[in-house]
This record gives sequence, C-alpha cells and structure tokens, in this order.
Amino acid sequence: MSQIKSLNISKIREDFPILKRKVNGKPLIYLDSAASSQKPFQVIKTIDDFYSTYNANIHRAIHTLGEEATAAYEAARKKVAKFINAKLSQEIIFTRGTTESINLVASAWGRHNVKEGDLIVLTEMEHHSNIVPWQILAKEKKARIEYIRFDENGVLIKEDIRKLIDKNPKIVAVSHVSNVFGTINPIKEIVNFAHRNGTLVLVDGAQSVPHMPVDVQDLDADFYVFSGHKMLGPTGIGVLYGKKELLEKMEPYQSGGEMISEVHLQESKYKDIPYKFEAGTPNISGPIGLAAAVDYLESLGMKNVREHEKELVRYALEKLSKVEGLKIYGPKDPEIRGGVITFNFYNNGSLIHPHDVSQVLDSEGIAIRSGHHCAMPLHEKLNLPATCRASFYVYNTKEEIDQFVSALEKIRRFFS
Amino acid sequence: MYTEIIMDYYKYPKNRGKIQNPDIDFKDSNPLCGDVIEMSIRVNDKHIKDIKFDGTGCAISQASASLLTEMVQGKSLEEIKKLDKQELLENLGTPNLGPNRIKCALLSLKVLKYGVYSYLGEKLQTQE
Repeated sequence: MSQIKSLNISKIREDFPILKRKVNGKPLIYLDSAASSQKPFQVIKTIDDFYSTYNANIHRAIHTLGEEATAAYEAARKKVAKFINAKLSQEIIFTRGTTESINLVASAWGRHNVKEGDLIVLTEMEHHSNIVPWQILAKEKKARIEYIRFDENGVLIKEDIRKLIDKNPKIVAVSHVSNVFGTINPIKEIVNFAHRNGTLVLVDGAQSVPHMPVDVQDLDADFYVFSGHKMLGPTGIGVLYGKKELLEKMEPYQSGGEMISEVHLQESKYKDIPYKFEAGTPNISGPIGLAAAVDYLESLGMKNVREHEKELVRYALEKLSKVEGLKIYGPKDPEIRGGVITFNFYNNGSLIHPHDVSQVLDSEGIAIRSGHHCAMPLHEKLNLPATCRASFYVYNTKEEIDQFVSALEKIRRFFS
Repeated sequence: MYTEIIMDYYKYPKNRGKIQNPDIDFKDSNPLCGDVIEMSIRVNDKHIKDIKFDGTGCAISQASASLLTEMVQGKSLEEIKKLDKQELLENLGTPNLGPNRIKCALLSLKVLKYGVYSYLGEKLQTQE
C-alpha cells in the first residue's frame, strides 16, 4: 500500500500548456473537468510522437512502423488492464468512449440475453448514455426498466436497491460516481446483491476511473466502462472491461475487417476477444495517448488524486455554504462525494438562470458547465430546468475556488 | 453580452403577464437550457391590439421577450410575419450573439411567429 502524500500542484500545473492561456483577459480557471479534462504535455507529445515517427496501421503489417504501432497499441491495452486491475488484458476492449461501451453491451449482450418481460434496473441519477441504450433494447425486446430512486441528499435509496434486485433483473446498470451529485455509489453492495440471483452489473465509471483507485476484480463488476478524455487522455477513446467468460459468449457488435479470422462467401469465423469487438481500423493514437495519461496518473498515485479532490470538495463546500442564496445538490460528506459540485444560485428567492451564471463566470475566465448535464430525468425529479456544475481535477487549487466564490458574489450584485 | 438594455428589461420587464381570453396563445421552450416563453395576444382587425409574455429562463430570453412585445404593439400580423430576427438582436444591443446564446434571444420571436402563423391557419417555414 502506497502512502498518501499531497500533490505538488504548482508543478502539476506546469505540465498543462492550456493553463497558461487567458480567457477574456483573465487567467483561465478550468472547473469543467467532469465534462472533459485538460491534457498534460506528456500526453500531447506521445500522440505527436506516434504520428511523427511510427504512424502505420496495426496488426498484420510486415514492416517496422506497423510492428511498432501494433506493439504500442497492445502495450496500451496491458497498461489499462493493470490500471483498473483487470485479470487479463483481453478483457479490455477499446471503444470510442463510455457511450459506445454501453451501446456495445446493450446490443451485443442485451439483444441475445434480454427477452420479453425481462427487467432492466437503472438508477434515477444516470447519464443519458446509461439510459437511452437500455430504452432502445427494452423497446425492441418488450422488456421493462425500473429505476432505483435517490433521496434528498442525492444518495441511492437502500431499500430500492434490495427491492428491485429481488425482482431478478437481467442486468443492473449504475454509475460509480454521479456526474451531477458527485455521489459515490455503493457498487460492491449492489454487485453482492445482484450476484446472489445471477443478475449482471454494468458500472459506468466515466466519473470514477479518472478520480480514484478502481479495482474491477475487487468490485466484481461484470462490465465496467469509462472514457479517456475525462482522465487526461484524448477524445474518441474509451474502454469496455468485461469478464472474459461473458465477452466470449457475446456476439460481435460491429463487423468487418480486423475482427475476423476467416471470411468465406457464406460465413465467417470471428477472432477471439478482444479483437472480435474491434472491427475496422481502430483509433490507434487514442489508446497510445490514453496509456500516457495512465502513466501520468500513476506517477501521481490515484489515492493522492482522490485525496486532493476530497480536500478541494471539503474546502469548496465550506466556502460555498457561506454564499447567500446558493443551493448545493448532492451529499454534503466529501467521503461519499467525488470532485463535482452542482448548485443553483437564487437572488431574493428567484433563480438566476445557470446559463447567466456561467456566462458571467466566463467573462471572469472561469469555465463551469450549466444545463442538464445529460441527466434530464434527475433534473425533472428536482423540478429544475438546469443547474450549474463546477468540477475539479489534479490541477485545481484552493486559490481558484476562492476566485470562483468571489466571482459568484459579483454575479449576485450584477443581477440584483 | 449583458447590455444595459438586456439588464433593464430583465430586471424591470414590461408587458409581463397573461391576457384574459386571448386570440393567440402560444408557448414554447428551449429544451437545452430550459427557457420557456408564452405569448398571449389580443387581435383586432388583423393587428395586435394587446400582447403580453410570460415565462422563465435566462436574462437574455426574458429581456428579448419583453422588448419584442413593445416592438410589435399595434403592428399588423403581416408585418410580424416579415419581422427580421436581426432587428430584434440589434434592438437588444447584441447583433453578434454566438451560436449558444442566439437561441435564447430568438425564442420569443419564434413563439410569436408560430402563434401568428397558426392563428392565420398558415404554416411557418423555418430555416433551422
């Protein structure tokens, strides 16, 4: 077990070229990493090196560049497997992102395993990417979807977890960390319940893998999915982890080149996993860039990353609780909250629209997100059209939070 | 972006409310940001006799709706059909709004035009 040590944030900040730029004449304060993180030069340079020195198509090439590119692509798979402690590197499928990973499971597993009348269990706090693919599957198969509710603190209701899993669903699909509330969900508990009656569990790790240690074997998740661009890596690369015995039984998702071992006029044989699920020339620079991001995160230590964000959340919650008219959504305890703070700002009881808040913050060089954060059912339940969300990562500081809070005070004066 | 005109109409909106028994009553929303605008109108001899707006949303959407009700007071329905979006944007003092916020500013005009077209039994051809 590595010791927890505090990160040298000013040294980390030097690694991120974008943090040197100004926005509207002010130094950039980037509080939108939950949507997409910034990239250290180590990642940018690794991608540049690939295109500058060994760019070629992978697999089957009998030339130096192709062999080097293949080696880097497959080394990335091993690195990602180790990062989330998968037992085997074949259990790592490269996709376009979290969304494609979930679509792959809903299609390649779902269409052959979910039947009329079957139950799929989701939660009310899911991102649209973990709702819509299941709705399409349910419609096609005449299956049902039921939702685990959340309480007034944005925490999943324990009785619902038990009650819905007792109905023997085919699969439970749940986010590890909510992209709106920041809630860290009790995945081990959910998996334990589910496995008692043979229910599979898919975990959406888009907001967890970038921010905390994740061990898929310890969680015993059947499928675990995440995106590269939220964890210092490039866009267009994501990961589906699946247990070997499940992936092997699944039909292909997309088909064509790279995923076959033999093609005849009337039938074809597919390659083994993971290649069966990687049809066509893949995004080659994506995994190579992602591997550089994993190296970077490992050099910091994921426990330290988590501690840094926990400290920022604790500090921000304390500061923001003193801002008059500010309502914060989600758990108040940093122990069960990731680095996401969602809020609304009221002026004499009337809502300052989140778009107005983020627009004025932008004029101060501060980037936050406003809208429904791809979680419309969650906002419908709270009866809110939109919310503001500030999210933190390894390069954010307490000084930035101070500036953010004083900008909020300015906004109140502006709109009153 | 937050011009004095916008902040003034946002903080002290004119013509906010609903007309009783209106001839035209049309409501629409901007699903992405949650702005909602409703226009209720009394028509007399194919001219706007009275118009009010109601709704919730960002400063730009609400200010735009309030300003628009003043712009079209007394105008003929044919004139409203021809009303150019640039005129509204310029009156707001924001002729060059970016792609994200222009939808906020133009929701009121969209609601007004849909209302007028459906009152006349015609179909609005939208560009978007």
